[in-house]
Amino acid sequence: MTVNTAARSQVLIQKEPDSLTRSRIRPFDLLMQGLSVLAGTITLFIVIGLLGYILVKGLPQVSWEFLSTKPSALNGTYGILPNIINTLYIIVLTLLIAAPLGVGGAIYLNEYARRGRLTRVIEFTTEALSGIPSIIYGLFGMMLFNNYLGLGYSILSGCLTLSIMVLPTIIRTTQEALRTVPVGYREGAAGLGASKWHMIRTILIPCCKNGIITSLILSIGRIVGESAALIFTAGIATNLPVNIFTHMKTSGATFAVQLYQYADQGRNEVSFAIAAILVIIVLAINLATRLIGEHQKAEDR
Amino acid sequence: MTDTKPAAPRAGLSKARAAKNAVELVMNIIFFVCGIASVLCVAAITFYMIISGTPAIKEIGLWNFLFGTEWAPTASDPKFGILPMILTSIVGTMGAILIGVPLGLFTAVFICYLTPKKLGKLLVSAVELLAGIPSVIFGLVGMIVLSPFIANVFKIPSGATLLTSMLVLAVMILPTIVSVTITSLKAVPQEYYDGSLALGATPVTSIFKMNIRAAKSGIITGIVLGVGRAIGETMAIIMVSGNVPNMPNLFKSVRFLTTGIVSEMSYSAGLHRQSLFSIGLVLFIFIFIINLILNTILKKGAKDR
Repeated sequence: MTVNTAARSQVLIQKEPDSLTRSRIRPFDLLMQGLSVLAGTITLFIVIGLLGYILVKGLPQVSWEFLSTKPSALNGTYGILPNIINTLYIIVLTLLIAAPLGVGGAIYLNEYARRGRLTRVIEFTTEALSGIPSIIYGLFGMMLFNNYLGLGYSILSGCLTLSIMVLPTIIRTTQEALRTVPVGYREGAAGLGASKWHMIRTILIPCCKNGIITSLILSIGRIVGESAALIFTAGIATNLPVNIFTHMKTSGATFAVQLYQYADQGRNEVSFAIAAILVIIVLAINLATRLIGEHQKAEDR
Repeated sequence: MTDTKPAAPRAGLSKARAAKNAVELVMNIIFFVCGIASVLCVAAITFYMIISGTPAIKEIGLWNFLFGTEWAPTASDPKFGILPMILTSIVGTMGAILIGVPLGLFTAVFICYLTPKKLGKLLVSAVELLAGIPSVIFGLVGMIVLSPFIANVFKIPSGATLLTSMLVLAVMILPTIVSVTITSLKAVPQEYYDGSLALGATPVTSIFKMNIRAAKSGIITGIVLGVGRAIGETMAIIMVSGNVPNMPNLFKSVRFLTTGIVSEMSYSAGLHRQSLFSIGLVLFIFIFIINLILNTILKKGAKDR
């Protein structure tokens, strides 16, 4: 036995005298490493190419006139002022509906509800809501708000539909923010005799203000980019508002819906101009959430 | 409590306490309503999808609807078969997964292990940006750039094909796959990797044979999320799929379940319109199944931990 082992190790040593220091080329490693580098490069290329292409092709088309007029079939000019107003309108109205619901829901889940079947059901349905594609929201909104409740193609019904859509985003982000508030804060408030609502109002909400704002900004991103759900609910009209309050009962297209309309009609230059504006909004939203994140980190320190 | 205190302030105190309790109760109820809002929404959506989707199926017949191969709703002898759309949606999603998952997986590995931290951070922000880009933009660029390219390369008259749609969908699910994979790779304990190195494996072998296997359930979650996103995507592929209800063929124009609804909703009426809602119901059932699968995986993952 002993002789045998010794002999074998002798053979091994002779075969690869410096196997510990010299690394052999391994085809598997090389292949995998190469593929990873390739994939990373492709991904980077896709993102930069996509954004660059849109900005280069679209930005030259954006002019003050384009931003400040409404489209005119008579003069053959395009303007997106109605779309800007509609988009802002829909953002504000949707958040007015969804923010209290979402933040309230998160607070209920985190502060009031006991862990159990109900919270599990709520969390499951919230997940489900975020998985439902926008076209289903569109169909649903059309049936419930447009037809059943008689709102017709209107900005209001678009907002109601979108507020269901952004609800999971707001709930989840707010919940995460609530979880970072130390338990000691809650106990301290309770120890000082504060009631639950008082504690939520004066301690929890100020503490997770950044989280709530982030959730709203993320929702804005979703609203600005949404098209399938809005085509069926808010419609495709491009009228300037006559009255700021009755405007919500009329149909109105946002940026994304308008982009699709123009692309469908083959007016690609106008589509690209709108796409460039959308990309800039997306970039701004990305930057904003990042800044808030850093602000939060600085605060925590 | 004995009656030694003067009566008046106690009455005031209890009044204040009663008011406070009332506020507490009201807020409690308000928060509860907010809490169950999402449950109510899901219930309402399910209810309405079923209510509006079933009449057409009843009239056409479930078998004819699901397995009919011809879609001609406006013909004099209307046909309502959505099998081509169902198959297109399934094949298109599978294609997107086949292209998107390897790309996303390798990108995630590249970001996590094989690149300096700064470049990795840049890539992560790039992928996050990609996630925020509206689907209409993907459709627009696909239509203007990718379609002609595909038409040129494969020498076909129109680039609006299933292949183009798959590529667009693959790019769209990329952020989901990458970010979920990165999260799960980061959750793999360092000891696994160290142990693998100590056993003599090279770093790259350790990453691919150890860490990726350890992060398997997270990666599968990402894939299922990607499937959900791809199967429900509408506005991007309506511009690149050509919108003809053919059986799935890589180099032909096709119509997905989602695009079928959008492209005909504006001029449909009667049974035609109802059948579009039925397509919505079929899509909804697909999404529901995907959600159930996701939930099971997540639960299993939680148990494993």
